Amino acid sequence: MTDLNSCYHCGLPVPAGERLAVRIGGALRPMCCRGCQAVAQAIADAGMEAYYTQRTALPGGRAEPVPDLAELAVYDSPALQAGFLDAPPADGDGAPCEVNLMLEGVTCAACLWLNERHLAAQPGVLAVEVNFSIHRAKVRWDPARTQLSRLLRAVAAIGYRAHPFDARRRDALMQRERRTALWRFLVAGLSSMQVMMYAVPVYLATEGDMTAGDENLIRWASLALTLPAIFYSSAHFFRNAVRDLRLRRLGMDVPVALGIAVAFAASVWATVAGTGEVYFDSVTMFVFLLLGGRYLELRVRQRATDAVDRLSAVVPAVAERLPEWPASRRAEAVAVASLAVGDVLSVAPGAVVPADGVVVEGDSAADESLLTGESLPVPKAAGATVTGGSINLQSPLLLRVTRIGAETTVQAIVRLLDRAMSEKPRGVMDADRVAGRFVALVLVAAALTVAAWLWLEPARAVWVAVSVLVVTCPCALALATPAALTAATTRLARQGVLVTRGHALETLARVTDVVFDKTGTLTRGRLRLLQVLPHAGVAAADCHRLAAALEQGSRHPVALALLAGADAAGGPLPLAEARHLTGRGVEGSAGGLVLRLGAADWLADGWCAAPVPSDLPAGGAGRVVVHLASRQSWLASFVMEDELRPDAAAAVEALQAAGCRVHLLSGDQASAVDAVADRLGIVERVARASPASKLEYVQHIQGRPGPDRGHPRCVLMVGDGVNDAPVLAAADVSLAVASASDVAGASADGLLLSGRLIDIALALQRARMTQRIIRQNLVWAMLYNAAAIPLAAAGLVSPWLAGLGMAGSSLLVVGNALRLSR
Amino acid sequence: MESLYILIPLSVALIGGVLWLLWWSVGSGQFDDLEGPGHRVLMDDDRPVPAPPPDDLR
Repeated sequence: MTDLNSCYHCGLPVPAGERLAVRIGGALRPMCCRGCQAVAQAIADAGMEAYYTQRTALPGGRAEPVPDLAELAVYDSPALQAGFLDAPPADGDGAPCEVNLMLEGVTCAACLWLNERHLAAQPGVLAVEVNFSIHRAKVRWDPARTQLSRLLRAVAAIGYRAHPFDARRRDALMQRERRTALWRFLVAGLSSMQVMMYAVPVYLATEGDMTAGDENLIRWASLALTLPAIFYSSAHFFRNAVRDLRLRRLGMDVPVALGIAVAFAASVWATVAGTGEVYFDSVTMFVFLLLGGRYLELRVRQRATDAVDRLSAVVPAVAERLPEWPASRRAEAVAVASLAVGDVLSVAPGAVVPADGVVVEGDSAADESLLTGESLPVPKAAGATVTGGSINLQSPLLLRVTRIGAETTVQAIVRLLDRAMSEKPRGVMDADRVAGRFVALVLVAAALTVAAWLWLEPARAVWVAVSVLVVTCPCALALATPAALTAATTRLARQGVLVTRGHALETLARVTDVVFDKTGTLTRGRLRLLQVLPHAGVAAADCHRLAAALEQGSRHPVALALLAGADAAGGPLPLAEARHLTGRGVEGSAGGLVLRLGAADWLADGWCAAPVPSDLPAGGAGRVVVHLASRQSWLASFVMEDELRPDAAAAVEALQAAGCRVHLLSGDQASAVDAVADRLGIVERVARASPASKLEYVQHIQGRPGPDRGHPRCVLMVGDGVNDAPVLAAADVSLAVASASDVAGASADGLLLSGRLIDIALALQRARMTQRIIRQNLVWAMLYNAAAIPLAAAGLVSPWLAGLGMAGSSLLVVGNALRLSR
Repeated sequence: MESLYILIPLSVALIGGVLWLLWWSVGSGQFDDLEGPGHRVLMDDDRPVPAPPPDDLR
């Protein structure tokens, strides 16, 4: 970090000639831009330089300019605050307000620490609580001394963004669920430890070591400590079992509840009557192990639903309305929630469109990649429709609102997503069905045993029946699947593949077809400069610097590609002026020349005096070509290409080697799709696919017979945009490349947090291994039970041996499953 | 072995106490964020925070 050529704050290269610096830790540190300088200065001034020594990751990019206080003032309006404040300000009573903030731009723990300290130091802030695992802050402040807008600005001043959000419903629910599950698990854990403590001396004692009174005391103490594990920790097992029985089916919870209930009841009876065996230790241990697995499962699931919350953050909370348009252009900031159909809004370049609408004035381009998957900007002129959530790229737009609130496209996608998620569970019931039959079998066996022993030797009947139930206590069966799934899930998460739905691993193992959505999955969705072809004998580097000068400050993909390589060519030349013309290019002056950069026909169209060079490279096939010319001569052509992810070829090859057919569906032009598919060796491809036709394609594959006798083909969909959501949901299983857009993760069964496509193949392999291990576990559990039930029914297995057998069998199953986490 | 008659009830009471402690710690959110406190110890929190400069709200 002592590198003088990279920014001390964000790590990006410092442009040549930039002389910005901030004194941090006793030395002047170089800064790449004014934004970073302002942020670093704010951090240094607040005495939080430790951030720079403690952080483990650099910020995501250059610091953005700090927004104006007036711009944020709209967050202070009571109408808007009613939407997300936990305690909205009542009139002048001075009660503290509380808000939940979602922090954006956080890359490591030091960022969160920085935010927490900085917020706490603001005057009027009473309490700050930052949760490190979900990147959220809860802030309480005194409305008499400060406002929400000042707090938001304080966060922006150190280079982060904070979005207030309504955490009351979902969050409170999730937190209660989590706490209850943890508390249940802890209660069962403590009970089982202490009961085991009492049980060991009884097992070890030889005849005469312990008086009947001692043993009786220990039994009563064990009973007392088992009560919470049964009546609190296992209560939901009983509730689920009763529900299952009412619906006339035998689910996993039925044997669990039955095992717990019978063993506990028999033990209580033995304690009260003073004869027979007690099983308190086995019961509590069983409950403890089961609840541990369920708690871990819950944590993984909850982390996944966090992504849904982020979708609502796509649309901004504030819009700029022109109430008197067209008479006056006076703008006022209003809450998006209070917009009405017909309002005229102004959208600045770089801002997110707050609602669906029609352009009434302006000429710009919008980045709709988040909603439609289209990677290149879509031109927007008067009359064009604009979707809320897309980004206005070039110049200001005025638009008339056509749809608001729940009617908007983003909200419709969210609803689709919700429905798809609620309709999804299927195929998960197999294990439950097998277990159901098994339970029925055990119940019959136990009943027959009781009947037989009543006839043979009534005194032993109940105890032999309990032996049968304990020895077959469906522990191994109940643990076989979840233990393997949990182990595989944590292993994959370590690798950067987050599985968010229970059925995903099971389905991944059966996948026969992998369908890629081109934009942002196989490619990065951004252009890369391939080649600079100078025409008039000018040096390529000079042309590059001129072109970069024209594109400075623009967010168009072409501009980004040109600027990215410009530093190597010597940095952009100083720019005098530039004018962007949508669909054509940019015109401006730099280096003393009047220049145009853009499509060939626009340059040739009576503007450039020189004839069009004969060797102009052509665009198409995923390539974009722009040309640079002055009024006198053609200077250069720039060839750019949508960049493939570095491991796309390896991933496709690995998937094909694993026996999967790879497909490519895309909304892009045929030439672009062919270019990518040919380079990767993908035969089956569809270009210009709409969401509806993608859905149809996936359903068509699913309808065909697969290679595995009679099983239909099973589709894994790999996507990234929100528009994929319905298709992702229709596929048998789906993965989202989360680095492309976190939002899509909400609908997918898994997230590729690593952004490495090769991990898809690894996940597939791991899923197949998981299925193998689950099968082994189930086979073992079946064999064990098949051997143990007859022995127990014959009265040959004493209860302690039954308990030992059950524990040993569970340990074996868990141990086998743990192989998956290596 | 008479000591058992004191020790066993005592252990039951002790477990009750531990359960209450756990109940309190779960309820007060100490298990909600298992990463933060570990990092907070390492961060330099000891120095007093200077008041933000008056022009902070410019």
